[in-house]
Amino acid sequence: MSDIVQSLEGFLERLHIYAGLRPILSLVIMLAAVFAVAFAALWGAVRARWITRNTAAFWIFVSPWIVGFLLFTGGPMVYSLILSFTDWNLIDPAEFVGIANYAEAFSDPDLGQSIKVTLVYAVVSVPLQTVLSLAVALLMNIKVRGIHVFRTIWYLPSLVTGVAQAVLFIWVFNPSYGLVNGLLRLFGIEGPKWLFDADWALPTVVIMSLWTVGGNMIIYLAGLQDIAKELYEAAEIDGAGRWRSLWNITLPQVSPVIFFNVVTGLIYAMQTFTQGYVVTHNGGGPSDSLLFYVLYLYNNAFSFFRMGYASALAWIFFVMIMVLTALVFRGSAFWVYYESQRPKERKRRAHVG
Amino acid sequence: MPMSANAKARTAAEAGGSRRGPLGTRILALTLLVIGSVGFVYPFLWMIATALRTPEGVAHGGASLWPIQWQWSNFVDGLDSFPFWTYLRNSLLSTLVPVVAVVFSSSLVGFAFARIRARGSGLLFAIVLSTLLLPQEVTIVPQFILFKNLDMIDTLWPIIVPTFFGSAFFIFLYRQFYLRLPEALTDAALIDGASWFRIWFSIYLPLSRPIIIATAVLQFMSYWNNFFQAAIYLTTDRWKTLPLALAGFQSVNGTDTPLLMATALVITMPCVLLFFIAQRHIIGGISFTGSK
Repeated sequence: MSDIVQSLEGFLERLHIYAGLRPILSLVIMLAAVFAVAFAALWGAVRARWITRNTAAFWIFVSPWIVGFLLFTGGPMVYSLILSFTDWNLIDPAEFVGIANYAEAFSDPDLGQSIKVTLVYAVVSVPLQTVLSLAVALLMNIKVRGIHVFRTIWYLPSLVTGVAQAVLFIWVFNPSYGLVNGLLRLFGIEGPKWLFDADWALPTVVIMSLWTVGGNMIIYLAGLQDIAKELYEAAEIDGAGRWRSLWNITLPQVSPVIFFNVVTGLIYAMQTFTQGYVVTHNGGGPSDSLLFYVLYLYNNAFSFFRMGYASALAWIFFVMIMVLTALVFRGSAFWVYYESQRPKERKRRAHVG
Repeated sequence: MPMSANAKARTAAEAGGSRRGPLGTRILALTLLVIGSVGFVYPFLWMIATALRTPEGVAHGGASLWPIQWQWSNFVDGLDSFPFWTYLRNSLLSTLVPVVAVVFSSSLVGFAFARIRARGSGLLFAIVLSTLLLPQEVTIVPQFILFKNLDMIDTLWPIIVPTFFGSAFFIFLYRQFYLRLPEALTDAALIDGASWFRIWFSIYLPLSRPIIIATAVLQFMSYWNNFFQAAIYLTTDRWKTLPLALAGFQSVNGTDTPLLMATALVITMPCVLLFFIAQRHIIGGISFTGSK
């Protein structure tokens, strides 16, 4: 492929196109060729009455996504599967090594550590986030004037994300000058070293993640306000108390929303990268206590340039996430409630999930 | 529609009555909310206070929210310690171009899924949704090799180009939005002989204002803070973005906390401002993603 790109760039150079624009114009030329062929094929199919005009229009409309999928998702996945059976440092020619990368992964202590860190983080932080955001949403689902001010305040921290959040919390948890230990000192307690202590680093990152539950809280709040009021009225007539209503009406009714948030939250938590990277400049924290999976993958690919091994890691990661998601889906039958009177809605939700 | 959460909240409020609960419960809930809010907003305020201290002030400040020194020059010094304007330009380019690209491409694809009946549409939509579960890290190595072959390493193109092909999440959002618009809109136009492209561009796109705003804001916030891709593709000062500056800050300035906090504040500010401008649409958009 780089041959085509080079010849195209050579061609653009002869046209005296500015050097910075040559790569993108080469890509545009290649894509235009792909689209031209695809559209010509569709046009021919319509002329030959194999497909209707509507069908052709549909495929033209969705063609950007299909090309993007093949170029950036589908194609790369197949390519990374092939790469995972090779040894390649980007410079020397790739060498086929069979399942050696997977065999190495199996006995790689750093990989074991990174899986442990990532799974512990995901399994601890996601339930905590769920409980906290749902509890706050329940508190906020009362009718008091100015309640939307609270909504804004709780959501505000979600705007400080990524690197900004990481650098802020590195200082909030600074052992000597930080906010947390400063507060503890007021009560005469000398706090731990937090991110600088191998035992405390991961719990600190879990606490950090709780700071940004505002987004989830808003989703739950919308879910709570979707619940039909007749259900509560009927329960009240039957003599059900507030806790009974919460347990038998509110929670079953918002369980699809909880399910959605748990699935997306788990996948998101598994992808944690920035915290581990920023805290100790891609070192992975004290004694690798923050060596998240994606960070380890990143280091293998872009610090050690082991493209084959990194691809194997990517596929192991993919399988791990699929298994975890499948487990949550399997488990959901026991606690997620879909209203059976609304089969269409149910079908759509099942589809979405 | 993204407005639905607000509308529902309003109808719930108007209905009033039975959900109020006893006074004691409400006072308890309110007290917990106040305590929690203080805890949530405290680090944020402390960040602002720290940004206004001198390095000596940080050592004595502790948990206090009062800056004491009011060292406004921290903001200037913080931004002076790296090529701020270049980084800002790069951040804006790699955020605003994707915003425009995603708004249009996702709308186009979402419209087709919602309105054009064709064989294979359902299956293809299932594939679109399944890619939502696929973490981008899985394909990052081949993508890096692809962009290396395209001669695009250390430019903003690897961040910008994929957004021109639509994003599965926003395609889903648009489709759900268009499904709720009356089908008669398309039927009438089709009878008049309008093309599908005309129908999308002149009828559906102008009606999409709420979903366009929600998409634009959510896309802006995620790309403004985009760190993973930036760390992989951008290697020189010429194209680095603000999150990379912040991540590299400590190695440049030792541990000058006030400068760091001042810079972090400046970088966070556009998102906070955007939130206050488009609060209704953001809340609506977020509620929409989870509950429907």
